[in-house]
Amino acid sequence: MGVSLSKAAQWTTFSPDASKLKSTPTNEALLKEILTFVEQIGSQHPQEADFTFEAPLQWRTTVVTSDLKSDYHIRDSTAWSHETDSREAPPLLTPFTVRVRSLGQLSMLIQAAEDKKLEEVQACLEVGSRLFCCPSLKSDAQYDPDFMKVEMDFLQFCSEGDDRLLKSVRYTSDFEFWNGCRAPPWRQAQGEICYVVIESVDTGSLNVTCCTAGVFLNGVGGPGALFISNSRKEFILNSAAGVTLWLLLFHTYIMYIHSVTCRLRDCCSFRKTSSKATLAELSSETSSESEEEEERPEHQPESDFYLSSEFLQIKKLVKYLKKGDQKVTLLMLCCMLDLDLTQDSCNLAIRDEGGLQFLLNLLDTNEDKCKIGALKILIRMSRCVPIQRSMEDMLGVRSLVNNLDSEVTKVKALAAETIANVANFPRARRTVRQSGGIEKLIKLLDCFLKSQKKSDHLENMEAARCGALALWSCSRSTKNKKAICSAGGIPLLGCLLTSSLESMLIPVVGTLQECASEESSRITIQSKDIIKNLVKNLRSNCTDLQIQCSMALFKCAEDTETRDLVRKYKGLKPLVELLNNTNNKELLAAATGAIWKCSISIENVLIFQNDKVLESLAGLLTAQPEEVLINVAGALTEFLQVPANKAVIRKCDGIKPMIQLLLSTNQALLVNVTKAISACATDRENMKIIDELDGISLLWSLLQNPNPEVQASAAWAICPCIGNSKDAMRTVLSFQGFGRIPDLLMSTNNEVLASICAVIAKLAKYKNILATLTDLGIVSLLTKLTNTKDDRLRHHLSDAICHCCQFANNTAAFGEAGAVEPLVRYMKSEDILVRQSATMALFQLSWDPNNNLTMLSRGAVKVKSLTDEVETKQVFFCSGNMTPPFSRHGN
Amino acid sequence: MSSSANKKAIQALAETISKKVEHFNKKEVECLIWRFNALLEAQKHSDGSVSGLDRNQFKVVLHNLFEMTDDFIMDRVFRIFDKDNDGFVTVEEWIQGLSVHFWGTLDEQKRYCFHMYDLKGSGFITRDDIFLLLKDSFHLRLEEEGREDDYQDEQDEINELMEIVLKKMDHDKDGRLSFQDFEKSVKKEELLLEAFGSCLPNFRKKFEQQVLEKQQDE
Repeated sequence: MGVSLSKAAQWTTFSPDASKLKSTPTNEALLKEILTFVEQIGSQHPQEADFTFEAPLQWRTTVVTSDLKSDYHIRDSTAWSHETDSREAPPLLTPFTVRVRSLGQLSMLIQAAEDKKLEEVQACLEVGSRLFCCPSLKSDAQYDPDFMKVEMDFLQFCSEGDDRLLKSVRYTSDFEFWNGCRAPPWRQAQGEICYVVIESVDTGSLNVTCCTAGVFLNGVGGPGALFISNSRKEFILNSAAGVTLWLLLFHTYIMYIHSVTCRLRDCCSFRKTSSKATLAELSSETSSESEEEEERPEHQPESDFYLSSEFLQIKKLVKYLKKGDQKVTLLMLCCMLDLDLTQDSCNLAIRDEGGLQFLLNLLDTNEDKCKIGALKILIRMSRCVPIQRSMEDMLGVRSLVNNLDSEVTKVKALAAETIANVANFPRARRTVRQSGGIEKLIKLLDCFLKSQKKSDHLENMEAARCGALALWSCSRSTKNKKAICSAGGIPLLGCLLTSSLESMLIPVVGTLQECASEESSRITIQSKDIIKNLVKNLRSNCTDLQIQCSMALFKCAEDTETRDLVRKYKGLKPLVELLNNTNNKELLAAATGAIWKCSISIENVLIFQNDKVLESLAGLLTAQPEEVLINVAGALTEFLQVPANKAVIRKCDGIKPMIQLLLSTNQALLVNVTKAISACATDRENMKIIDELDGISLLWSLLQNPNPEVQASAAWAICPCIGNSKDAMRTVLSFQGFGRIPDLLMSTNNEVLASICAVIAKLAKYKNILATLTDLGIVSLLTKLTNTKDDRLRHHLSDAICHCCQFANNTAAFGEAGAVEPLVRYMKSEDILVRQSATMALFQLSWDPNNNLTMLSRGAVKVKSLTDEVETKQVFFCSGNMTPPFSRHGN
Repeated sequence: MSSSANKKAIQALAETISKKVEHFNKKEVECLIWRFNALLEAQKHSDGSVSGLDRNQFKVVLHNLFEMTDDFIMDRVFRIFDKDNDGFVTVEEWIQGLSVHFWGTLDEQKRYCFHMYDLKGSGFITRDDIFLLLKDSFHLRLEEEGREDDYQDEQDEINELMEIVLKKMDHDKDGRLSFQDFEKSVKKEELLLEAFGSCLPNFRKKFEQQVLEKQQDE
């Protein structure tokens, strides 16, 4: 392709030193086209314009400082660009030489050249051709035969039709080897793939060698015109920016000659890539908000779309849209509404013909009728993902936000609805916030709630509905949730909840639901009226609304008061009824989520049990998507806190499916299921079933899971299992998984450490296991943990130490490792559990005389005023052990 | 005439007119009469005899109050308001026109707009009508360059544009727009009501605020 270009522009010679453009009609047309492109860079592709070259582009110029406008710092005959710091950056313009550092600068400079524009572009191109011929680009990208075939196909496409660039393109050899190469094997060893002869329309033929390093012209002496294809985008972005520029320019040219080629798309995706790079470099906030952002590749329209009558119609409509006065513009807008704007190819064609930019520009005018027409089109176009991004790139989101204060209610509504579509990705949502859109959208809600006049009522309601839709989209970004809350949006949304219109309620509840993820907003949402109305709408006939309401309750019911309110407004029953919709998985996930959170209050569980919810939930443990399973398992955990339910779950065969879920890979699910099993296992009858299903080994294997949360909750679940299982010892001894324990004791997560300590305390009851653990160096590992300040960990750690003392000379070993001293300090803890278990541990440790001495010297006996009977007893025992040294001393 | 007598006369006039028009109440008619008289007053300086707003003054009104800009269309509006074709819009014609055309129901406005674009009164918006209505849309650049070739290009473009428009609006494919064609198009897309030039007040809320509500307060 590059070859075709360097050929299309008719250089006098290919020698790198003196490339001059010949003055031919083709060249003139080419120059004019490139000039138009360069002039429009600033307005049409603002982001590309900022793209800075690695090395400045430099050529001899006739432009002098007096040609320049106020945008430059000028001193004598030297000028600096405004954008750069004049002291550091090299000057943009010195007599006869110009150095530009970005496409934007190039564009401004060319515009300043007035009637010498063409000459400037030519001079620039001539230098460019040198850059172009100079293979200074070290590429690790390798071309392969398949890639070459694609290039050849394109070149051959260029040689068809009336306005063809090339007379013919052919391989020198018709024989193709099995690997796709056409070069003889001994040349293949040099990386050569094939040889091509290209004949252009008005110059001679050109011999080209295609090899893995690129495409070279034969007989130019050394590597000739190397060309890089834009399908290797990573390569372009790393390469010298001069080449990036030429690619852009030449692509425009190709587009011009073959406006119907499928290559149009390539160029657009190229544009996108470069703008992405710019953004990542320039905007720091992007990174914070772009974490959720995923680049989706643009759908490439079928190449024959560009030959279809639809495409021609689009071209015509856009042409007159731009050309006519507002009367014609309005007519064309109405005609464009007939296009099939659900098709990506149509939308992309409108954009690529410049129609999208024009539509967005209309938003900045005062022509309300044109605005309405444009917005009607934009609403539909903005459902197409690549268009959303383009609209943001073209600064359209700002214009949309500005129209939210229009005097015409209809314009406000349409602009809000478009924003609702565009704010589908983080960058657009950020722009809405930064340009004050959140406040304006909230104002739309306010306007409706305050509107008195009946004549305006419907219009204002529509605007409020669209405003809520836009807020819903925007509220997917965390910062926007906060912005909605701090702008006072939540009480207004709450007022709109009294509406009876589903189309209004869905976005309103949707926004509330999104905002409820933010703790600060949740407090406002958890008001009586809002919860009351959410509960009321659970009974709606509209499934989408039910989903949003359930999700809102799911998020809000983390809070005790909300759970009480749900019960008070009789919301539990409708939630249970939603469980019957087993076909709608989204609804099922939302409903089970709400039930889970509501069941954190025991009072609610009791009410739920009147409807046998536990049985229904157990039925949902199989053949459901993970979203549902997570919530079901979470709810079961809460239900099983009620002792009576432990028998219920057994009777309704809920244990087996739970154990089977331990084989899942979803970490959130594993956490919840292990918790539920843990709650089950406290019942001996249940434990029998768990044993039969080999539940302990499954739980044990989860200790290998990389996620600390899973590790901890699996370990917690193992504890009651060991306690209640008759043959737990046999089971545990049968697998050789102890090696994992020392690893986990080195975890940095306190919850993991505490849970493993609890497991050790349980296991240490079996002498055989304790012996193995001691061999694994458990004493020193536990001792190392004693410096922690986490009371929960202290409690279980003391427990573990206490139980480990039972074996051989572990008591002395703990003393030698220095465990006694910190344990004495635990006696000062506020937490009674810590004090209790520390006392027990010290009691065990006191069997060793040396430890006794340490305890005495640290004043263990008088450490604490004794508040608890058990504690008193234990300390008494401790002191009992301490007596021998005293008496011995006395003797 | 003393001001109180003047007021009474206006009230009496408002009484009679408000019986004849549909979309205004008596109070509103009164406001419109006040405004009309004020406009007439402004015209008096240049011309002694006054029986109504003349063409130029009327166009100024359309421009200032209703934000119309298209000269050709404003001429058409004047013709339609001036029912008896005497070159003046009287107070009754003024209120009648505003009532039916500007404040009318969508049906009334459809008829008014169709009538507006049916330049020869043939009952159809013909190709020639559309040509005349749209030709100015490219006019500016013609004057700037004024070359023969460009003129031909303009002609071609207008023709192509007409084809696009007819394709959209000419539902019975007879090469002209009947009222049924027009009505059907407007039903589908309300913006087409003023397809060939803005001839309705630009969002009349503003006018309501400026003329009707403001004067009611006085």
